[in-house]
Amino acid sequence: MITFEGVTKRYPDGTVALDDVTLECPTGRITVFVGTSGGGKTTALRTINRMVDPTGGRVLIDGGDVRDRRPAELRRGIGYVIQHAGLFPHRTIEDNIATVPYLLGRRKKDARAAARELMERVGLEPGMAKRYPYQLSGGQQQRVGVARALAADPPVMLMDEPFSAVDPVVRAELQDELLRLQAELRKTIVFVTHDIDEAIRLGDRIAVFRTGGKLVQVAAPEELLADPADDFVAGFIGQNRGIRSLSFAGTSKLRLRDDVVRPVTSSDTEGLDWVLVVDEKRRPLGWARGADVDGSLADAALAPVGPTFRPGTDSVRVALDAAVLSASGLAVGVDGDGSVVGVAGGTDLLEGPR
Amino acid sequence: MDIDWGWIGEHTDTLSANAVTHLRLALLPVLFGLLISLPLGLACRRWGRLYAPVLTVSNILYAIPSIALFMVFIQYTGLEPATVMIPLTLYSLSVLVPNVVDGLGSVSEPVRQAATAMGFGTLRRLVRVELPIAVPIVIAGVRVAAVSSISLVAIGQLIGQGGLGYDIIRGYQLQFPTQIVAASVLIVALALITDALLVLVQRLLTPWARGRAA
Repeated sequence: MITFEGVTKRYPDGTVALDDVTLECPTGRITVFVGTSGGGKTTALRTINRMVDPTGGRVLIDGGDVRDRRPAELRRGIGYVIQHAGLFPHRTIEDNIATVPYLLGRRKKDARAAARELMERVGLEPGMAKRYPYQLSGGQQQRVGVARALAADPPVMLMDEPFSAVDPVVRAELQDELLRLQAELRKTIVFVTHDIDEAIRLGDRIAVFRTGGKLVQVAAPEELLADPADDFVAGFIGQNRGIRSLSFAGTSKLRLRDDVVRPVTSSDTEGLDWVLVVDEKRRPLGWARGADVDGSLADAALAPVGPTFRPGTDSVRVALDAAVLSASGLAVGVDGDGSVVGVAGGTDLLEGPR
Repeated sequence: MDIDWGWIGEHTDTLSANAVTHLRLALLPVLFGLLISLPLGLACRRWGRLYAPVLTVSNILYAIPSIALFMVFIQYTGLEPATVMIPLTLYSLSVLVPNVVDGLGSVSEPVRQAATAMGFGTLRRLVRVELPIAVPIVIAGVRVAAVSSISLVAIGQLIGQGGLGYDIIRGYQLQFPTQIVAASVLIVALALITDALLVLVQRLLTPWARGRAA
């Protein structure tokens, strides 16, 4: 666990970058520092590896004051990823990744072998090992940056806006990748971003900083959305707070309807506006309008099923999205095999979370 | 103008001996200049205020005619190679110092930060990260310094230390154009070959720089 105890950073000119910050970043979790620029979030991050030394208070890693350690030695035990990756242009990809192991005096052969394993882990082709950074795309460079931070297997990783400079599609990929890696590795990660959506997506806990280096609120993402501490936090989170909080509402307790589901061999649409036509394995084929059906459903004109959701796995937000895009206004819930479990309408979906 | 090919054929020995001397007189100063420029450039990077005065002084030195400098140094070093090489060393600084400073400046801030954050100490960061990244720009400066030094050194013949400059002045004294042309062509060839070799060295030393504008 990383602990901030009344940490203050005041520069000689009087600027206050951090104002009495007290905070805990739990072991094995992602803590996101988020806030406006000049809010001190990057400064806070850098007090952990002593790139900034506070003028007041203490930073502890697992109970030990970081100031009792020599900076260079401390830093070799802390992974660090930054915007634009900061790869060494004059070193090959594998040697970039092996940087810290080399500093720790590992043998070149072992360090390179480990680097190649890591490349695979972060989704890089092994053929890239001998290439130079300029030959890689921005997203690939950022993956190398993550691999480099992981190379010495540090328990703590600091990530300073690592995905801010790549395009949104690649950013989403990298975020997923990070969550996947974190599920395996369980590092203590501190992640700085100015993007509240990224914070909500990645964070187990979110610490909101405001101008002047003040920590305003520390909370789990769902709590932050449901109950912002003040107008600043509410304003920072932005619009659609309610809709976005549905991302954290589960669908396991949702009551699903089965009465509109019909096998394709049936012709019974009695009294229904829409029926969901399924094949013999209950896989959805499409929606049929009750009034239009004349005879067997096999001959009926079908509207596409559209997106579906997995009850118990997907959030209410995903289910609601499926309902809005569905011809019938009903979201189709399917199991792992793609067979229909049941359907739910918009109001059914919103009953649970409220 | 008639070229006396026969004379050239008979004098390949002396011409090539003079060419070797010429190269030594021209390139040793570049090497010394580089050895001076590295610490000087590092100091200028470290203490930014130093850069402007250093640059001014090295430019003023470059503006002083070489003959004037020979006359100054001849009092201390006599009619020796050093009297030619010291001014050439000073001249090389006006190209090499800025290139060392720019080379070190070409290390991007994220790279510098990443190195620090991964646990490089100041010296190790300099040797393993900053200097290697500066190499392409430093070599670009060395190319300019080397070529200009090879052409400048001929004037050293005024104090008897000019390499192929000897053949130019001798040819003039004897009204024998062949010797002047042969020496001049050799000087240009030496400059071109040296430049090509430096390009090759840069390619081999910095394969990572090929895709970049530098």
